[in-house]
Amino acid sequence: MENPILKTEHLTFSYPTEDAPKVILDGVDLEIQAGAFVAVLGHNGSGKSTLAKHMNAILLPSGGKVYVSGIDTADEERLLDIRRTVGMVFQNPDNQIVANVVEEDCAFGPENLGVPPDEIRTQVDAALRAVGMYHLRDHAPHLLSGGQKQRIAIAGVLAMKPRCVVLDEPTAMLDPIGRREVLETVKKLNVENEVTVVLITHHMDEAAQAGRVIVMSDGKIVADGAPRDIFPQVEMLRSVGLAPPETVELMYELRKEGLDLPLDALSDEECAQALYTLLSR
Amino acid sequence: MALKDITLGQYFPGDSILHRLDPRAKILLTVFYIVALFMAKNILSYSLMFATLTGCILVSHVGFRVLVRGMKPILFIVVFTAILNLFYTPGEGEPLVAFWIFKIYWEGIRTAFFMVLRIMMLISCTFLLTYTTSPILLTDALESLLGPLKKLRLPIHELAMMMSIALRFIPTLIEETDKIMAAQKARGADFDSGNLLEKAKALIPLLVPLFISAFRRADELAVAMECRCYHGGEGRTRMRQLKYAGRDYTALLLGFGLCLSIWGINLLGVF
Ligand SMILES: Nc1ncnc2c1ncn2[C@@H]1O[C@H](COP(=O)(O)OP(=O)(O)OP(=O)(O)O)[C@@H](O)[C@H]1O
Ligand SMILES: [Mg+2]
Repeated sequence: MENPILKTEHLTFSYPTEDAPKVILDGVDLEIQAGAFVAVLGHNGSGKSTLAKHMNAILLPSGGKVYVSGIDTADEERLLDIRRTVGMVFQNPDNQIVANVVEEDCAFGPENLGVPPDEIRTQVDAALRAVGMYHLRDHAPHLLSGGQKQRIAIAGVLAMKPRCVVLDEPTAMLDPIGRREVLETVKKLNVENEVTVVLITHHMDEAAQAGRVIVMSDGKIVADGAPRDIFPQVEMLRSVGLAPPETVELMYELRKEGLDLPLDALSDEECAQALYTLLSR
Repeated sequence: MALKDITLGQYFPGDSILHRLDPRAKILLTVFYIVALFMAKNILSYSLMFATLTGCILVSHVGFRVLVRGMKPILFIVVFTAILNLFYTPGEGEPLVAFWIFKIYWEGIRTAFFMVLRIMMLISCTFLLTYTTSPILLTDALESLLGPLKKLRLPIHELAMMMSIALRFIPTLIEETDKIMAAQKARGADFDSGNLLEKAKALIPLLVPLFISAFRRADELAVAMECRCYHGGEGRTRMRQLKYAGRDYTALLLGFGLCLSIWGINLLGVF
């Protein structure tokens, strides 16, 4: 395999406090290949956001190393290279948008990178098209819906042509429609634009759509694998304070009653199909 | 208190000639207008100033109603100035009205009238600038006009950035204030009755959460800006380049002409 786009080597981190420093990341070893769609799960305070902030040098490791497409994030000279490679989208879209006009906000990243004006124009247009917001390019962001604002935030990152986008609970503040919009956009980016996606989320159904799921607990990675392998481990998920997806939960409870059902039916359709096969037997 | 009435710094997108003028030209024109306004001394020059402003407002398609709505919050100051001028301008000859210790002279009425007119026109013309110019363009223009001061190591880029972010967050914070107010009202808070002190006290439970949230926002915004490679003004380019066009030179000439005519009228001493 070629060079991973993100790599951590025994990453540890603790916030510098007066009294005994609390370890927030405790030896994280992780490799993410270019083009992957990775979901990160974990209960509140398990260190997901902290890990995300290490992926573009917002935070630097207290111990261990982080590499972004081979560049050590501790290398200050390459800071802009790191940040243009890994874009970051946060939970609250209102606090990421810097301009009063959609396209001007989108241009903020490339402007900071010193891209010539006409190139910025094409990058901004391409980014807005990719998230389906081109028709609203001269609108004021604060008048748009949450899902639309979050897509603008994604476009703002895309305009820098990153190879990887890290999204920290981008759907946490959105209604179901907004959530779907954002998730569809993220999936499309991964497939069509070949952007590596790291999606931090509390929603199991979102994580189930990723190619790989990483489960964190107390600053450690406790499970890492395909959704189909992770979600059936109901006891493990419960032990780290996570609820398995509803479909798996249903299958799990029915199995406890002695029914013969598969645990890896993740989507509603698969679940319905499994029940149908069982009943028609 | 209707927070939605605060149109300060708001931009009304449009396609009028005023919208299309270069923002730097518009700032300079506003400065010209204000200079002319302070030179104006008599009815003729005030009429000229008034006509210019009315013309600009008509051309801009912003609408007088919006302008008047924007002026509501400062009505108090206007009335206050008017009253002060009315009573405290000494005049020659007999006072028009006299009661107790107050005397109103013809000069008082005249000064008060012109003062009110001047304040209103001053505010209208600055409002017209922000109504017809997108805040980003406005700050870009300021940065470019003040650019030479960078040589004196003044933080012009930083100031412009601060201004544009402040403008960006005004609507967000207003919305938030409305939300907190509604939440406090639902728990029985009363913002509308009582004397001034009571009203001020009622604002505390409003301001504390507002400030806390503003600080949190600032923190998150700073991180988000860093993630988008912001590192100060150095080496930064702009998507939209400011370019003077023929109409900008014409407008500037007209603005300069206005100043000259007011000066001329003063010199001739008509009215
Ligand atoms: N600036 C800070 N200073 C000190 N401690 C912090 C700071 N930011 C976060 N922490 C602590 O770090 C721990 C991990 O936080 P982190 O934000 O990474 O968790 P998370 O998994 O993203 O949680 P959530 O699901 O709530 O977003 C928490 O215990 C938190 O209290
Ligand atoms: Mg978090």
